[in-house]
Amino acid sequence: MANVSLAQFHQTFFDESLEGLASMESALLSLDDGGDTELVHGIFRAAHSIKGGAATFGFPEMAAFTHEAESLLDELRDGRRVVDSNIIELLLRTVDCLRGMFDRAQAGEPLADADSEAVRQELAAAMGHGVAVVAKAAVSDQADAWVIDFRPHPTMLAGGNEPIRMIRELAELGRLEVVANCDALPELAKLDPSQCHLSWHITLHAPVKRSAITGVFDWVEDECDLKVEPLLAVAPVAEAVTVAAVRAANETPAAPRATREATANSETSSVRVGIDKIDSLIDLVGELVITQSMLDPFRDDFDMSRLEHLRQGLAQLARHTRALQESVMGIRMLPIGSVFNRFPRLVRDLSNKLGKQVKLDLIGEQTELDKTVLEKIGDPLVHLVRNAIDHGLESPERRRAAGKGDTGTLRLEAFHRGGSIVVEVSDDGAGLNRQAIINKAIQRGLIASGDNLGDDAVAELIFQPGFSTAAATTDLSGRGVGMDVVRRNVVDLGGTVAIRSTEGKGTVFTITLPLTLAIIDGLTAAVGDERYIVPLVSIVESVQLRGDAIRSVAGGGELFRFRDGYLPIIRLHEVFGIAGARTTIDEGLVVVVEGEGSRVGLFIDELIGQQQAVVKSLEANFRRVNGISGATILSDGSVALIVDVLGLVRMQGRKRAA
Amino acid sequence: MAKILAVDDSASMRGMVAFTLRGAGHEVSEAENGQLALDAARGSRFDLVLADVNMPVMDGISMVRELRTLTEYKGVPILMLTTESHTDKKMEGKAAGATGWLVKPFDPEQLLATVKRVLG
Repeated sequence: MANVSLAQFHQTFFDESLEGLASMESALLSLDDGGDTELVHGIFRAAHSIKGGAATFGFPEMAAFTHEAESLLDELRDGRRVVDSNIIELLLRTVDCLRGMFDRAQAGEPLADADSEAVRQELAAAMGHGVAVVAKAAVSDQADAWVIDFRPHPTMLAGGNEPIRMIRELAELGRLEVVANCDALPELAKLDPSQCHLSWHITLHAPVKRSAITGVFDWVEDECDLKVEPLLAVAPVAEAVTVAAVRAANETPAAPRATREATANSETSSVRVGIDKIDSLIDLVGELVITQSMLDPFRDDFDMSRLEHLRQGLAQLARHTRALQESVMGIRMLPIGSVFNRFPRLVRDLSNKLGKQVKLDLIGEQTELDKTVLEKIGDPLVHLVRNAIDHGLESPERRRAAGKGDTGTLRLEAFHRGGSIVVEVSDDGAGLNRQAIINKAIQRGLIASGDNLGDDAVAELIFQPGFSTAAATTDLSGRGVGMDVVRRNVVDLGGTVAIRSTEGKGTVFTITLPLTLAIIDGLTAAVGDERYIVPLVSIVESVQLRGDAIRSVAGGGELFRFRDGYLPIIRLHEVFGIAGARTTIDEGLVVVVEGEGSRVGLFIDELIGQQQAVVKSLEANFRRVNGISGATILSDGSVALIVDVLGLVRMQGRKRAA
Repeated sequence: MAKILAVDDSASMRGMVAFTLRGAGHEVSEAENGQLALDAARGSRFDLVLADVNMPVMDGISMVRELRTLTEYKGVPILMLTTESHTDKKMEGKAAGATGWLVKPFDPEQLLATVKRVLG
């Protein structure tokens, strides 16, 4: 019963502990840079909370592990031990182990592993003790009846302890005879009611241990004079006590198992929302209710003289609906700082390993992103940061030779631009090596010769699958997954990656992401009687073609000339099998869209207008359909399908390959 | 039933304490640190305060000391939620004016038993 109710707090415990670990890590890194002792207090507090939570919520291994780290931190906090880089290294590894434990806890697996055991032993060794088990000799008197002399100090009441409660507690142990002693009671005029003037002589007829009695008074030990003596002395029954204790000790570990089973299935993701966001939401709903009550009378009683009122009410409704929409979207928004936080550690470890000096600047950590986007942007960013340190920034010697300072700068910056979030990863390293990229591309057969390629086109080459110019494959970046994966991850989130590089000066990667995945801006396109939404982010431009601008190629494909190249045409009415659509090229429109760096022209009847579309999952309500990413409801209540530009581009690619 | 203030910087601990006490019919308010607890205590009259020791902004011990300077909280029971490893904290809490303590880890039953002990 107790376990069932505790399991519901596991997710909160995991969330807050992971946050605590992140702040521990960044505090440890600051400490490494010569931070003050206030940091140690913060680190201690985080460890302490995790230990307390782990013990409470049924993760004894984690509690024991954290206990070792806490002891070490306690010594640092008290100044009994001086912080050095070895200790910081050890504590950083402790943080890693705890992260691992939390992962396993969430998966319902055993918490400890070889790593955590090794670190635990190191922590214990650092404290100068092995596994010290201090077994206290149990001093337990047992008697059939007790005489208790209880004299509270006058100030005892100030601490909130009521003598009557203790006497009631004793009464639960057995039959009581209580004699109150009023000798110390002053006369009424001099009586201070906030002080205790009474004492008690109590006889308890119950076969209990002495500790059961002293336990009642444990909070007031130093606020009273207490004498507890057996009324009839009997020999202590030490053996029975020991057996009971051992049994209790054996039974305890069984409990957490049940708890863990309960969590394993309940791994639902949650989001922590600031109370101010909830309050503003409630405010807005309040406004909406008022507007509704303002409009309500018009339903039964309306004439044209009240038209202006109706208009005002509707305008207000529109305003509040928009504000509510923004506010609700805001609930899913979290600061990008939680993703940025992992980088100081990563940069420190990598630059140490490679013998480079790197200064990391984090800017715009408060910029908020949709939770889903936030969870998926971490990996691409890690990749870009690794690349920047591995390939972009030079060694101190080479920097000096290039007339730059020894320390390179790596900058992660997030900011809002229009309806998008921009995350930039920039370094002041060597920049892209144009010639090396061209050589590699020719060698891979990606291009015939590099004569006429602009800088943009050269930079674009590094996003090709399997492209890497690293002379030697390091264990950091060159793992065969390259920039193409970064681009695909970002594109899957509805974003784009751009690169800007100056040889010798550095490289900037710019990731542009939509604010939310739940609402997209799109153009409504008509195809026959159907309406489709084409996401605005993927639209390059729309063109009206003359019939003679089309080239037919073998296999039934059509191409048209667009700027300095040819693009394939995808006829939406053919892909989705729509009768009654325009089929002659010069009667309709071609919308040029881009996905994964490839462009195609979508042939439609006409564009109707721009609108925001709330994305509804097609898979959840129907099934997956190729070329369609979802559905939305139009203002007239009809359903429009959202075109999956990426899917169409891939379909086109497969057709071409076949 | 009693009005209880639960103070802990850990949302999971606070949640567990509040959930357990609400289940027993008490009215529970929550605060994230000592300072917020003081603000809450000034605005309302609680019958019992349960407070963690280690908290940012204001720790539990300073909070008890401050609370005891308020006339309304002279004799109100205040329990410290403390860990075994810090026996000295129990005494420090007592010296600051705490009524008693509850040693972490505790389960809902232990919590209810202790609350019953102070509220009678």
